[in-house]
Amino acid sequence: MSTTAIIDYGVGNLFSLCSSLKSIGADAVVTPDEAVIRAADRIILPGVGAFADAAAKLRATGLDKVLIEEAQNGKPIMGICLGMQMLFDESHEYGIHTGLGLIPGRVIPMAGYIPEGLKIPHIGWNPLILKGEKHPLLRYVNEGDCVYFVHSYFASECEDAVIATAEYGREVTAAVACRNVMGCQFHPEKSGPVGLHILKAFCEM
Amino acid sequence: MITKRIIPCLDVKNGRVVKGVNFEGVRDVSSPVELAKFYSDNGADELVFYDITASVEGRALFTDILREVASTIFIPLTVGGGINTLNDFDRVLKCGADKVSVNSGAIRNPGLVYEAAQRYGDQCVVLSADIKRVDGEFRVFAKGGREDTGMEAIEWIKRCVGNGAGEVVVNSIDTDGVKQGFDIEMLRAVCDAVNVPVIASGGAGCVQDFIDLFHKVPDIDAGLAASVFHFGEILIPDLKRTLSSEGINTRLI
Repeated sequence: MSTTAIIDYGVGNLFSLCSSLKSIGADAVVTPDEAVIRAADRIILPGVGAFADAAAKLRATGLDKVLIEEAQNGKPIMGICLGMQMLFDESHEYGIHTGLGLIPGRVIPMAGYIPEGLKIPHIGWNPLILKGEKHPLLRYVNEGDCVYFVHSYFASECEDAVIATAEYGREVTAAVACRNVMGCQFHPEKSGPVGLHILKAFCEM
Repeated sequence: MITKRIIPCLDVKNGRVVKGVNFEGVRDVSSPVELAKFYSDNGADELVFYDITASVEGRALFTDILREVASTIFIPLTVGGGINTLNDFDRVLKCGADKVSVNSGAIRNPGLVYEAAQRYGDQCVVLSADIKRVDGEFRVFAKGGREDTGMEAIEWIKRCVGNGAGEVVVNSIDTDGVKQGFDIEMLRAVCDAVNVPVIASGGAGCVQDFIDLFHKVPDIDAGLAASVFHFGEILIPDLKRTLSSEGINTRLI
């Protein structure tokens, strides 16, 4: 049976993510253990909170190197929310911080990008706008399906990797893919049936 | 563009939903898990659970139920009631809550919002304010709306948002239970004062009340109600279809 490892590096609450994967019949395990992560068929990098703090915690566990190696080995990897942002080269959240460099691009504040007057964080359900040829991660998703966002920063200068956006005054990166490395800015584990279908598609990779 | 959220609120006492009544297809209407599933399947964008239990046993039962809801329902869950310390935040977040709503706890301990936002992030901290007009001003009330704190509400809300509250629920005591519509004047005043999502509560009696809310207060992010949903007076799929036909963006399922 194929397994999905959810990386536990001391950031955020993984209860819902783990439950959502179990609800679609996936064999998911929340783990900080390198051996378990290497043995898994695919990896999810979750994350909430501040970029610098999360990146430091991930590096402190040494799992950043494991992720980079497993990505190079071709294993499917998905980042969620801050976990997605950490896949990029760098983030400009309170200073400039280096990411994992698995997807070209950088993470910048929505303030100054979206029109003034719109609330930040971008919180709530927003419809997906699919980009290019439909990516396998979004195989069960239809244009206009709503997903749940909570974020103040977003991935930019990553046009080649963008597979979906959402409109919040301007188009904001919602999902990305660069070969076997993927990410969602929104929370699939909080996006009802649409989110569960995205997790299902990932678990089928 | 982001959609307007519709949020049913469930009061839970000793493990059961208070005020839950007839629903076709729901076997046990006072089961929080079954009701949560029903609402989620019918297009609720988020659920709020208020723990109105006083006893320690009831509190433990509440977290058990929360864990069960969070294992079966995959939409955002906000939990409130009896949140006085960071340990209370921790207790409900570990059971699958996404956001934690503070009310009297923030009034008693003004540092709570700041400390919680520092530890869990602004997005996690919801300020819930019970507000009533007194002597021509908006006043914050504590203890479930029974006690006048003497604090002016808009200043209180601004202060809490400044300390890190990522969302505000405005409960108008003046319109609550009257079913004559949301408190448009009060909600406008709050929306003008802060730049975080504001959720309207108190006064929904019919579909038209939600249409008025979103038309008259364009900056409002969500409408919250309890009994009109629990009693089946408003069905969320119908409500969302009507809102949509009125040009108000909603998530249709």
